[in-house]
Amino acid sequence: MTISTGRTPQAAVGAESGSGAVSALLPSDVPVRLIDADGAAHRDSRYPLPAGDLLLEAYARLVAGRRINDQANALVRQGRLAVYPSSHGQEACQVAAAAVLETRDWLFPTYRDSVAVISRGVDPLQVLTLLRGNWHSGYDPYEHRVAPQATPLATQLLHAVGVAHAAKLKGEDTVVLALCGDGATSEGDFHEALNFAAVFHVPVVFFIQNNEYAISVPLKNQSVAPSLAHKAVGYGMPGERVDGNDVAALLSVLGAAVQRAREGGGPALVEAHTYRMQAHTNADDATRYRSAEEVQDWVPRDPLVRTRSYLRGLGLLDDAREEELAQAAEEIAAAMRNGLNTDVDPDPMALFEHVYTARTTQLREQAELLRGELERDAAERDALAPGATGATGATGNSGTAGASR
Amino acid sequence: MAPSTDTRPQAREVPEAATDSGPETLTFAKALNAALADEMAADPTVVVFGEDVGPLGGVFRITDGLTARFGADRCFDTPLAESGIMGMAVGMAMNGLRPVVEMQFDAFAYPAFEQVVSHVAKMSNRTRGKVKLPLVIRIPYAGGIGGVEHHCDSSEAYYAHTPGLTVVAPATVADAYTLLRDAVRLNDPVVFLEPKKLYWSKETVDLAALRRAADEALRTGGRISGGIGTAAVARPGTDATLVAYGPSVSTALAAAAAAEAEGRSLEVIDLRSIVPYDDATVDASVRRTGRAVVVAEAPGFASVASEIAARISERCFHSLAAPVLRVTGFDIPYPAPKLEHWFLPGVDRILDAVDELQWDEPDAPGSTAAAGTGTDPR
Ligand SMILES: Cc1ncc(C[n+]2csc(CCOP(=O)(O)OP(=O)(O)O)c2C)c(N)n1
Repeated sequence: MTISTGRTPQAAVGAESGSGAVSALLPSDVPVRLIDADGAAHRDSRYPLPAGDLLLEAYARLVAGRRINDQANALVRQGRLAVYPSSHGQEACQVAAAAVLETRDWLFPTYRDSVAVISRGVDPLQVLTLLRGNWHSGYDPYEHRVAPQATPLATQLLHAVGVAHAAKLKGEDTVVLALCGDGATSEGDFHEALNFAAVFHVPVVFFIQNNEYAISVPLKNQSVAPSLAHKAVGYGMPGERVDGNDVAALLSVLGAAVQRAREGGGPALVEAHTYRMQAHTNADDATRYRSAEEVQDWVPRDPLVRTRSYLRGLGLLDDAREEELAQAAEEIAAAMRNGLNTDVDPDPMALFEHVYTARTTQLREQAELLRGELERDAAERDALAPGATGATGATGNSGTAGASR
Repeated sequence: MAPSTDTRPQAREVPEAATDSGPETLTFAKALNAALADEMAADPTVVVFGEDVGPLGGVFRITDGLTARFGADRCFDTPLAESGIMGMAVGMAMNGLRPVVEMQFDAFAYPAFEQVVSHVAKMSNRTRGKVKLPLVIRIPYAGGIGGVEHHCDSSEAYYAHTPGLTVVAPATVADAYTLLRDAVRLNDPVVFLEPKKLYWSKETVDLAALRRAADEALRTGGRISGGIGTAAVARPGTDATLVAYGPSVSTALAAAAAAEAEGRSLEVIDLRSIVPYDDATVDASVRRTGRAVVVAEAPGFASVASEIAARISERCFHSLAAPVLRVTGFDIPYPAPKLEHWFLPGVDRILDAVDELQWDEPDAPGSTAAAGTGTDPR
């Protein structure tokens, strides 16, 4: 590998730059919207409305995304998932985040972005490994270029900057899209990531899903900036605001930011205005901090409804097609149920793997301790098994453990 | 379609080393500088960044000349933000580079702590080895330089307590060179603690020979023998073992020299790496001598020194003639320069501890009569 290109000196927004330089970075006064809640199209001179077939494709993914959220919630109730942070109501953001990227690009998701990760092509069962409690991450990040879903808020934004910086140094054509919530914008790492991205002029698009709440804390207690997108100007990058329930606007605005980054234009910040329709997770009680009326207000703004109305108006969607899409989503849900209803016990001996490339003496000793315990447990189970002669599932289990070195 | 992120050790083209110059007098700082330069020359994926490490060469000059020689893409200054440096290093390592980052001082690494414990240490485990992070976190470390507040912390316990991190603390000029080259090459993240008080210490070393050994390992795709994970016997002895690492090794050696004048032969073990911890070398020594004192600058409560003392007690109990003692910093914030002398483990405090190792009990396993016969089941 030869490192070919380097840091591009940037015209900073300094004392000499006129107010024009600043205003070019400022977001629009109202969030960009291309299709309104009634399904009517809006013209915007800067952002073209995506073609009908693209929106139909996006709609299919919205339907699937909603079904995935519903199914995951049901699996939590059935005890099959430990927890699920749902993106119900935010599916347009999820779908658009995956749709604007090429295969060679990278996606950096959070715990709430399972639908975006699945939309990018990762197997739902691998995605749900974390929430099922089998392991911390269930997919190979290099396979689809999706980082592990991050839980420590805003930390992943810096990793995104690093991947983009390395890509730039290596001369790779790679854009990185990094997701975070409105609450995460208060973290120091959010600031550091935006500043680093701007200073090193790397191809990262920061995408905030402003769903109004960070668990219980409303946005007004998080920031009094004119909008979260306005923060971009402080770093010298453009910010934009977009209706987060309008998949057409999201595709257009995010697509433009990704394109700009790809062409060497540097990072950008996009804020989507959306709403978390359900509790933070199933473990949360949202009635303690927001009213039913407030939630009700957002129901008519549902991202699926307006896309459907628009596509029906165009004649691209009819009952038969809807039925097909619902059927396809149902198949994904069925695969989730089937996969999660089968118990696969993680191998306890795997605990010691991948801590260090070469296992330390101490870990070897601790692995031996656990192996001994497992063998003793298996022997006890065998002894208790009625009429067992040794050829039981229990012995099979310890055999598996033993085989994993 | 995994991208070019294969971080396994691979045989690489290594430029022929400059002509053999034989033994030379070298500072600890210069040895570190040479190690970085040699790794950067050997491997174009090695990048160095941090605060003031570019044209200035770092506040301790460890990165001196690297920007001039390798260009601003390979050695560069970042904005002032430690979490940013660390988080960016994670992403760069994910995407096929080998970042070596500098934290300007031990206590200024704390803003990066979340990235270190939540991501650097866990990424490989979380992704079942799919994402390795071959990066080095260099930290000018510990006291003894008359530094004011926040410039003298011994922070090794935080890192050593975090599974997934390799923690290295060289004590000699030769080790500074060899261990840093080994650290850059390791496919796991390494916290590399550089004792500040040693930066300007000099030794006569054959750098060319060290370089040849490291380059040879690089050519064959292997690790440097005697690299990370192996403790060294810094001074052989028979009566008691002093276990030390990093800045405390020279103090322990001075104590051993003083003890010899008093008729006691102390063995000094230089751990070199805290994680992996080399039980075998330490245990063999203690089983031979029957007595042990652990020396470290950090406050002793819940410390690396405590862990070592506990391990020795558990594993060498039947060879011990006396309890394992610790000589450490007091359990107080690092003191002001005019008081640090009272805080740091010194020769006298070490010799006092050695004196307490129950020398007058004739039947004790470690007494002269029984020395060398102690064996433990482990
Ligand atoms: C560093 C850190 N602090 C606290 C938490 C606990 N926590 C998890 S999610 C969350 C709220 C985040 O809100 P926001 O960024 O708006 O994203 P959302 O959950 O709404 O998608 C909090 C406080 C965390 N995960 N990480």
